Amino acid sequence: MMIRPRPASYALALAAALGALAAHAESGWGQLNMTPGVTQISRKIYDLHMEIFWICVVIAVVVFGVMIWSLVKFRKSKGAIPDVTLLHNSKVEFIWTVVPVAILVVMAVPAAKTLVEIEDTTKTELTIKVTGFQWGWNYDYLDDGVSYFSHLDRASDHARALASGIDPNTVEHYLLNVDHPLVVPVDTKVRLLVTGADVIHSWWVPAFGVKKDAIPGFVNEAWFKVDTDKPGLYRGQCAELCGRDHGFMPIVVDVRSKADFAAWLKAQAAQKQAAAPAAPPPGAATTTATTAP
Amino acid sequence: MADAHAHDATHEDHDHKPHGWRRWVFATNHKDIGTMYLIFACTMFFVGGAMAMIIRLELFKPGMQFVDPQLFNSMTTMHALVMIFGAVMPAWTGLANWMIPMQVGAPDMALPRLNNFSFWILPFAFTLLLSSLFVPGGAPAGGWTMYPPLVLQNGASFPMLIFAVHMMGASSILGAINVVVTIMNLRAPGMALLRMPLFVWTWLITAYLLIAVMPVLAGAVTMLLTDHFFGTTFFTAAGGGDPVMFQHIFWFFGHPEVYIMILPAFGIVSEIIPTFSRKPLFGYEAMVYAVASIAFLSFIVWAHHMFTVGMPLAAQLFFMLSTMLIAVPTGVKVFNWTATMWKGSLSFEPPMLFALAFLFLFTIGGFSGLMLGIVPADYQYQDTYFVVAHFHYVLVPGAIFGIMAGVYYWLPKWTGKLYDQRLATWHFWLSAVFVNVLFFPQHFLGLAGMPRRIPDYAVQFTDWNMVSSIGGFGFGLAQLLFPYIIWKCVRSGAPAPARAWEGAHGLEWELPSPAPYHSWTEAPSDALIAKGASH
Repeated sequence: MMIRPRPASYALALAAALGALAAHAESGWGQLNMTPGVTQISRKIYDLHMEIFWICVVIAVVVFGVMIWSLVKFRKSKGAIPDVTLLHNSKVEFIWTVVPVAILVVMAVPAAKTLVEIEDTTKTELTIKVTGFQWGWNYDYLDDGVSYFSHLDRASDHARALASGIDPNTVEHYLLNVDHPLVVPVDTKVRLLVTGADVIHSWWVPAFGVKKDAIPGFVNEAWFKVDTDKPGLYRGQCAELCGRDHGFMPIVVDVRSKADFAAWLKAQAAQKQAAAPAAPPPGAATTTATTAP
Repeated sequence: MADAHAHDATHEDHDHKPHGWRRWVFATNHKDIGTMYLIFACTMFFVGGAMAMIIRLELFKPGMQFVDPQLFNSMTTMHALVMIFGAVMPAWTGLANWMIPMQVGAPDMALPRLNNFSFWILPFAFTLLLSSLFVPGGAPAGGWTMYPPLVLQNGASFPMLIFAVHMMGASSILGAINVVVTIMNLRAPGMALLRMPLFVWTWLITAYLLIAVMPVLAGAVTMLLTDHFFGTTFFTAAGGGDPVMFQHIFWFFGHPEVYIMILPAFGIVSEIIPTFSRKPLFGYEAMVYAVASIAFLSFIVWAHHMFTVGMPLAAQLFFMLSTMLIAVPTGVKVFNWTATMWKGSLSFEPPMLFALAFLFLFTIGGFSGLMLGIVPADYQYQDTYFVVAHFHYVLVPGAIFGIMAGVYYWLPKWTGKLYDQRLATWHFWLSAVFVNVLFFPQHFLGLAGMPRRIPDYAVQFTDWNMVSSIGGFGFGLAQLLFPYIIWKCVRSGAPAPARAWEGAHGLEWELPSPAPYHSWTEAPSDALIAKGASH
């Protein structure tokens, strides 16, 4: 016999309690969705994501609605008599095969258009080679002879040691900060040549809508062009499991005005020539000190 | 019914089963082997679950509190391997062993000694795999996907991983061959293919998938082995190889593999929903063709797991479109299940509750799957917690709930006893609530930018990780009810009738409960088969 109500109500009460807990605290609770980002492509991706999301929500409301209606209306406990003649219905089955195909076409067309744009790596203005290694990144400005390494910053590195006793909440940009960020100009089509030195990594900055695998022995292309009015610091992480410290190789991109970038690059190149063996570029300093112009 | 009882009475005399340990070690009976498979799967479910608890414990708050990052990576790797190859797949083979002979009117599986062999490989395979936790360098930590070059950095565990995967693959292939031969050769006269229950149909198609792709996996891991020990360079660019080639080969196995884990659940749900709706399955033939279409499509979508590796535009478009196409037959299935409930007479016993949770939550996993198929958006989703949320929605409330629904459905048939439905209903509600507390917030984490497979995270991800961990602990604890309910049923359940559920159709319900040791020693009559056919 049916003994449904009690466990159900207890369980739902528990869910409600957790919901209330969620409503209480602040900060991270609001982080629910993808960033629209700061490039035309990242916004197109965001729009695509939202379009598909809402289509799914509408389908879910209809399908779950019919299911819930059936669960409520056709209960044996309410005396429902089964209609055992309902075996199939060609008309309905045709509709629920064809309509989804039409919806898929509606989704596929803008997706394909955006993909074609993303894959267009022509007319780039600046090329940077990005090499992932265990565990950090190397950035090489191919036309200017500037090259340096980028690692997790020291504060995060200390705090992330097993049972370090340091509260991550006291560390600025915990695990999302580096010693030397990648510096790029706004409003410039920057081409990345992405490769790996040892195992596969993946260079991902959500605000640019760029994620590209860094594969040893192969070079992948990606590009981004940050809006003119959006200089600043943008953070990402390695997105392909690459061993013990996979979780500790963040990416920080310092997007500057074209003039600031040109000055920075010139200083870097000059310094490079002065001190022949590669020294860390002081111009890049720490990310917390480096701010937008 | 009288017929079945008489049949049983004469049958008892032939019921020689070896006693003691010989009954299990030398087992050739489909029920004994099915039981061993299910016990093995349940054990591995808790082993893999314990690893998940370690993962969720470390991720409860930012900072490294409990485990070294390397051990964390081992836990995610081993959790996946144990759950996929140790829990879900053997559970399906166990259910196939128990039910297929009964459902097609056969006395046993077609190849009983092969059956024994395919089961007994598994404890050795998993002893090998799990003992790698104790070797220098620790257990495999390169992810269950075993991507080179990372996987080659594993220490002494590397060859153990490869040989364990070979053994699991061999076991699965042998099990699949047995299922195909049984269904093709041992069906009772009159049991036409399009009269077979959906569980038999989905398993037949699953078995073909297994036979097609497990050798591909074996090939891929063998190439890893020779790359590591014999100087080949299949996956090393410096020697003319390509690490991405491994990914193509792996996912050619890996995508059908996800359907291997879910198709039998489709079959079980297609049996349970009609039973508790007291109405035949809507669109039986469409359901069979939908499963066949999904199985076919599963071979041509593999590269959607690797959109960020840098494939040509044409390849990305092809794999996007083929992936989206899967939504059509999957949609047909969901609509047919819904139409089965429409104008039915529903009741909500534990198997039905699990089947309904499957219907709702698997559909959510289907939606996020559709989103993941859209290449530009996938660039943002790839390798984040959004993916983790997606595949856990299809595998936990999908495959695992399907298995539990099946166990609660057929347990009275297996044991001849009724189980505590009140406790099972508790098990259901706790599982259904906690599974959502556990996995739903992971959608948010992924979209907000948290990569998967990381042992520690930036502080803005704290809140939803805590919720997810609480859900994880709750879900894990709730599962302890499952073996307890089964144990209690076996020990002290009230006797079950032959037809344990009012609306149940199918040959297995024409046998007494518990089912006789050699299920159908005489083929069931055509009338009985027609009565059992649910359409």
